[in-house]
Parts: sequence; structure tokens; C-alpha cells
Amino acid sequence: MTTSTSLVYLIALPLLGATVLLLAGRRSDKWGHLLATALSASSFGVGLYQLSQMLARPTEERAVTQKLFSWINVGTFNVDAGLLLDQLSICFVLLITGVGTLIHIYSISYMSHDENRRRFFAYLNLFIAAMLLLVLGDSYLNLYVGWEGVGLASYLLIGFWNQKPAYATASKKAFVMNRVGDMGLSFAIMIAFATLGTVSFSGVEEASHTASKAALTAIGIMLLVAATGKSAQFPLQAWLGDAMAGPTPVSALIHAATMVTAGVYLIVRSNFIFDAAPTAQLLVVIVGAITLTFGALVGTAKDDIKKALAASTMSQIGYMILGAGLGPAGYAFAIMHLLTHGFFKAGMFLGAGSVMHGMNDQVDMRRYGALRKFMPITFATFGLGYLAIIGVPPFAGFYSKDAIIETAFNAGGVKGILLGSTALLGAAITAFYMTRVMVLTFTSKQRWEDNQHPHESPLLMWAPMAILAVGSVTTGFLFTRGDALVHWLSPVVGEHAEGENLLLQPIVVSGLALLAVAIGVAIAIMKYQLSEVDAIAPHDVSVFTRIARKDLLQDSFNEAVFMRPGQALTSLLVKGDQNVVDGAVRGIGRTALGAGSVLRKTQTGFARSYAALILIGAIVLIAGIWVVTQ
Amino acid sequence: MLTIQTPEAVMFWFLAPLSVVAALGMLLVKKAVHSALLLAWVMITLAIFYIAQDALFLGIVQIVVYTGAVMMLFLFILMLVGVDASDSLTETIPGLRPIAITAALGFGGLLVSLIGRATLGHSAYGLTAANTDGNVQALAKLLFSTYVWPFEVVSALLITAALGAMVLAHHQRTTERPTQREQAIARFRGASLGSAAGLPNPGVFARHNAVDVPALLPDGSAAPNSISATLKARGDMLDSAQFELGEVDNTVTEEK
Amino acid sequence: MNPYNYLYVSGLLFTIGAVGVVVRRNAIVVFMCVELMLNAANLTLVTFSRINGTLDGQVVAFFTMVVAACEVVVGLAIIVTIYRSRRSASIDDASLLKR
Repeated sequence: MTTSTSLVYLIALPLLGATVLLLAGRRSDKWGHLLATALSASSFGVGLYQLSQMLARPTEERAVTQKLFSWINVGTFNVDAGLLLDQLSICFVLLITGVGTLIHIYSISYMSHDENRRRFFAYLNLFIAAMLLLVLGDSYLNLYVGWEGVGLASYLLIGFWNQKPAYATASKKAFVMNRVGDMGLSFAIMIAFATLGTVSFSGVEEASHTASKAALTAIGIMLLVAATGKSAQFPLQAWLGDAMAGPTPVSALIHAATMVTAGVYLIVRSNFIFDAAPTAQLLVVIVGAITLTFGALVGTAKDDIKKALAASTMSQIGYMILGAGLGPAGYAFAIMHLLTHGFFKAGMFLGAGSVMHGMNDQVDMRRYGALRKFMPITFATFGLGYLAIIGVPPFAGFYSKDAIIETAFNAGGVKGILLGSTALLGAAITAFYMTRVMVLTFTSKQRWEDNQHPHESPLLMWAPMAILAVGSVTTGFLFTRGDALVHWLSPVVGEHAEGENLLLQPIVVSGLALLAVAIGVAIAIMKYQLSEVDAIAPHDVSVFTRIARKDLLQDSFNEAVFMRPGQALTSLLVKGDQNVVDGAVRGIGRTALGAGSVLRKTQTGFARSYAALILIGAIVLIAGIWVVTQ
Repeated sequence: MLTIQTPEAVMFWFLAPLSVVAALGMLLVKKAVHSALLLAWVMITLAIFYIAQDALFLGIVQIVVYTGAVMMLFLFILMLVGVDASDSLTETIPGLRPIAITAALGFGGLLVSLIGRATLGHSAYGLTAANTDGNVQALAKLLFSTYVWPFEVVSALLITAALGAMVLAHHQRTTERPTQREQAIARFRGASLGSAAGLPNPGVFARHNAVDVPALLPDGSAAPNSISATLKARGDMLDSAQFELGEVDNTVTEEK
Repeated sequence: MNPYNYLYVSGLLFTIGAVGVVVRRNAIVVFMCVELMLNAANLTLVTFSRINGTLDGQVVAFFTMVVAACEVVVGLAIIVTIYRSRRSASIDDASLLKR
């Protein structure tokens, strides 16, 4: 295994930025954003350098490690704080630092009117550092540190405008729901330590060949719980929509491109566990399938442009999880979709931010329309991302999503048909709601008030969007040319296993997918482009629309199933505490008080009555002796 | 088996009831001086008991230390403190006396029945052997060998007690000693001018000059504050009326 | 006669002393009752010394006397001190600790 001493700079640079900006405070207001951007860019530079080094080495020597220090050394439990950069991590490193830097640049302009811009950049740098630690950690425990770090950064950034109570609540909600997932990760680590005796990736991989299936299944399920929490998958998906309370660059970076995909990373990284635990793997597929449908359905009903994109993110991560759950056949496609999605969804979020920027922070798509004329660049970049996400060839989404749909169909038997059709249906709905977003925002009739003055965003904002748009056009093609990414990742996730007897030929799947997309696009155009759209969301809608608007009742479900019983349990416990525990304590107090008020009467202050008591005590003693010596 | 000779038995049956009665009397008499005298008697009895039980040294010490020193100290303090209402035998804490008497009966009964029941497993040996060199010599041997450490500690305690008594008795003057002039001013500015000239002396002029007879006021009535409050409280106050002159001839013949 | 009879006398004297401590109010009389109790204990010690044929009991009685003498000295000094400040030798008046 090759070792390196420069891996730590990947993390240290943005961490330095966060530290400097947070410690220097207001003094760094003038130059803080520049420093943060420069450090993020230099981290990207280190990443590129690492990639060039990696490419120069033969395939089996590409992974590099760096031991930082011995962290835990207790008995047989030894954990080093170590970093591991392999073919999988480098994808993430480049995505995080690359997209991260673009979003830093975008934010310089986007946040220029915010007096806390420096703090925002400090948090962004903190996030980059934590996310890099997450993908670079060489053990589950190191990953866990990064995992919690991104959770913290996400919490801080969602609640960045915490002067609004709703936003503060949203950040709290995200944090609390993430805790549920984090519990899963910590349980997974504990089980791994208890049964396998190690928590490092290499150690667990080695042990997974001989470990019991039950233990691996338990670890796998717990890892899945962790992934559902961080990646907003069913049933822990409810926080993502509210997380849109954060500034739009945050939504683009954290809640579209990078952090929410950490769950996919976790599952792909733990491929050896899931390969050995089919039950857990099946659960992964089910979660992915449910979420991709769930997110797509929610996306059809949202009028808030960011929430529609958030629902779409949820749905697309559902695709990734589905792909990751399909085993060696799907890992590479999951990562590929993750990377392409990172480009086009980040680009679209930045586009949404650009639209909001030009529309006085209006987020209701029903108040948009005909913005194509006013924001040509935003329209173009957003449109490229749109074509990518719905899967039109030759844009990136076509390659990655089709690969997942195809792999799903070829998973074999009824399972394959079910998963494939779900993915296909999801693709149709995706086409519908994305077309809806596109039409409502850019091409339909103008529905905004005359006092709005839509305008194109400045260079610093549209340049990153343009770069991301280029990415959404080209990445799919680049990754699939000669199965580049599949071969690149195979040392980490195992050799890509193509099904023996294919249920459907790739060309058939592509045809079906394109047909589904065409249907979705056609319905959306009919409904929104060719007919009038109300500027205010109509209320006389079908029950399904109403449910979809309410995120398929996810909050009501959580409230009914978890919050209310939780509150009831809490109030019960409070009552129990007051009556039983406090009652016992107070009872002791009251007994002492009562006994005191009775015994106080013996305390007359007269020495003679004390003498009488002593005499009585002596009598009792002698009576005792008298009885004992009977 | 130690046999007790008849003279000792006679002595015991004569003195033991007396000592118990004297102790009871100590409780029942009103005046503290009488209590002290009764206690002195009990102690003398005990000294006799000690001597009768071959504890010659202790018996002598009992008489010298207790009846001689301690009881004198008690009497001295009694004289100093005087007599007051606390001598009264009426109980002021309700319910204490019945409790005390019941407790005493129970305590005494239990003690006596325990002593009656207890056996030592052997008969009494007597001290004839131990006292062959004489009681004092034998005690001295024990005191200066086995018990030398407690002996030293007890002597330290005795010195400490003497020091403590000195500390307690010492009266630190917190204010300037009043001068005669100040005392005179205080008298005249006091509560009443009646006391400015000092209290009247006891005694009836020309008839009786003892301290227990109140002085006579000019109108012939007795002046109660002319005698000590202690005497008054003790009731040791004579009626000064008995020393009044019978009939005073008021008629004054005017002489030129 | 049996030497145990001295023990009965001792027990009775001790009981009388205890009752005296409780029922009498004059601090000096109470003190004398305490002395009576100590003397009763001494009589027991001397009697047991005789019964056991060793002089240790007498030595302890001797120590008791010394301690009692100390106690008398200090105790009477306390009584005098209290009397000097409160003009009372009543033990009931010294109940300031209650308030």
C-alpha cells in the first residue's frame, strides 16, 4: 500500500480557513470569503495533484494511505486516525472540492449583501473539511467523525438565517432526524467492533469473509439506517424539504451535490458487507425504490422551486441507493449517477438561486414564467441540467440513469421486473415534474407583478453555473466511454458483474426510458405550457395532489407515529418523575419533616428533659441486656 | 469462698439503709445546704464501705477528697450563689416528674433484678492475698507500672481542669473601672433618687442590729430592701415589728 | 453476708442520683446528684475488686475520683460563671440553645 504525506492537506486547508475565519471574526469580513475560496480551490488543486499521482501508478498501487496519529489504543482495540485515498475517494474528493469551489465563487456574489457572509464562508469551509474527512477516513470511526462534522455544518448552514424561527426549526429538524441515522452508524460501528473486533475498512473487509451472516446483516441494516438519515431516504426523508431554508448555495452544495450522497458513499464503501448480507442488500434496494418514487411524487406537487428540486434530489438519490443495492453490478453506476447528479443538480440549484436573485427571493414557481427572455444564461444552464436529469441523450443523466434502470431490470426474476418498472416509472415522473419546473419558470406566460424587474445574474454567479452545465453535458459521456468509471472503481467495489442472460437488451431499456421521458414531458407541456396556470395554487384539487403537496403526509406520519407518542411518553415520564421519583424524594423529606416536628417537641431546651431522655435510653439498654441474658 | 464476718454484716445492714435514706433525702429536702450535708453523709458511708472491703487507701481518699475537699467546694459555691427560686421542689416542666419517677422505678428494678440474676462463675476471692504488702503499696505498684500511662494522662487532665477553672473564674474587665465620681453621678441619675444615699442598713437602732432584721422606716414600718435578698428568699428574716417600741411619747415639752 | 449486697446499694444510689439529675432544678444539687452517681459506680468497682481478688478495680476507682475532682472544679466554675451573668443557678434558665 502506497503511503503519502500530502493527503492531510486536503482536509487541513479548508479546516484552516474555517478556523481563521471563525477566530478572526469581524476583522476578516473584508477578505474572509476570498481566503475561503482560495483554500477550497487549493484543496481542489491538491486533489488534482493526487489524481495525477494516482494515474501514474499501476492499478493495484493506486490507493494511498496516511497515518496521522494513533487515536485509540485500548487493549485489542486500536484505531489510528488515518486517511485513505483510493479510486472511490478521489471521485468524491474532486467532486467535493471542485463543485465546492465553484459554489464558493458563486456565493461571493450571491451572499454579497449578507452582513454575515464571512461566517457563511467559514461554515462552507468547515463543511468541505468535514466532508473530505468523511470520504478520506480509513475506518468507520474516522468516517463517523466526518459524518458528524457534515451534520454540524449542515445544521449551521440550514439555520444560517436563524433569525427566522421557521428556518431555525428547519435546521433543528434536520439535525434531529440526522441523529436517528447517526445512531444507526454508531450501532454499526459498535456491532462491528463487538463481532469483528475492528472498525477499519480493510480490517472489516478481511473479517467479512469469515464473519457470521447475522452480524454482517445487522451491520448492514444499521449502515442502511445511517444512509437513510444522511441521504434523506425513506423513512428518514422528511428533513430535506425543510433544509431548503438554508441559502441556495448551501442547498446546491450540501443538499444536492455532496453531503446527501454520503449515504451512497457509505453503502458503496461497505460493499463487502452488503455483498455478504443479501437481506440487508435487499432492504437497500427497497429503500431506494420507495424513495425514488416518493421523491418524484412529491416533486410533482411542489410550487416552491427549491422544494421541487429537493424532492428531485431525494428521488435521484433513491436511484443511487437502488443502484448501490444491486450489488457489484450497480455500485459503479450508483457512483456514476452520483457524480453526474452532483453536476447537473448543483447547476440547477445555482440556477434556481439565480432566478431567486433576479426575482427578489421569490420562490413560488407560480409567480414566475417567461423568464427565458430576461435570464438567457440561467435559462441555458438550467436547461442543460434539465435535459441531463430527465435523461435525454447525450446528456449526463441519460448514461447514468439508464445504466441503473437497466441494471435494475436485469437484477433477475420478479424483483428485477418490479425494480425496473419502478425505476422506469420514476423516470417518467421525473420528466414530468422537471418539465413542469422548466415550463413554469422559463417558458410559460408571465405571472409576476409588474414591479418585479427580473435580470440576469452577474458573472461570478453565472460562470460556475456554466461550468457545471458543461459538466452535466459531458460527464456522462466521459464516464461511460470504454466503461472508464466502471474499470476505475473495480479495485474498490469489486469487478463489475454483468448479468448472464439479460432480461432486456440495453437498447430496449434505453428506448423504454426515452418513451417514458417523452410521455412525462408531453403531459407536463400540455398541462402547463398550453393551458393557463393560476398564479395562486388552486385549492379545489384532488386528494392525491393535496397529499403530495404535504410531502405524502411524511410530517403528519412522523408526528402521529413518533412525535405524539414521544410527547405522551415524555409527559408520562414527567408525571412518573414528579409522582414516583420526586414523590419518593419529597416523601422522604416530608417524613423527615413530620418526624422532625414530632421529635422537636422533645427538644425543650431544658437540660433536665435531655437527662430524662438519657435515662430512658439507659433503661432501654439495660432492658435489652435483661432480655438477651434471659 | 470469701466469708464475710459478722461485724461487717452488722456494719453493712446498719449503714446501707442509712446511706440510701440519706440519698433519698438529698432529693427531697428543699435547701441545697441540707442536700450537701446529706451527700456528705452518703460519702462517709461509702468510705466506710471501701475500708470494709479492704480498700483502705480509697476509703481515706474518699474522706479527704470528697467529704473534705469536694463537699467543701460545694458548700462554698452554695454560699457564693446563695438561695433562689430554683430550690423550690415544684416541677416546672409538665410531665417530667412522673416520667422521672417511672423511669427510676424501671431503671432501679431492672438493675436490681439484673444484679440478682448475674453470676460471676466463681465466688468472691477477697483481697487478702493482693494486700499482703499493704493496700497502699500494692496500689502504688499497679499505678506506677501497669497504669502509669493513664496515671500521667489523668494528672495532665487535672492540671487542665485547674487551668480551665482559672480561665472560667477570671473576669476580664471590658470597660474602664468607674471612678468614685462616676459612681456618685450614676447613683444620683439612677432610676430613683431614693437609692441615691444607698440602701438602708439592716437592724433596728438600739434594739437589734443583726443582718436579718429589716430596718425601720421613719413611720415605723419595716424597710424590706434593707436586708440581703438571699436572706429574704431563704425566709430567714425576722419580723422587725417585734422590736418596735411600745408606745412612744410624742408629747414634747417645750423648753425655753 | 454476700459481697453482692454492696452492688444492690450501689444500684439504688445510682438510680437515686439519676432521678435527682432529672427532678432537681438547682444546678448545684444536680451536680451533687452526678457526684452521687459517680460514687455509686466507685462502690461497684471496689466491690468487684474484692470479688475478683485483684486491685485493678480500685485503681480505676481511684482514677474515677481524680476525674470527678476535675469535673467538680470545672463544673462549679461553669455554674459560678453562669450565675455571674444570669443571676440564677437554675438549670432550666440555661436553655438558650433552643432559641
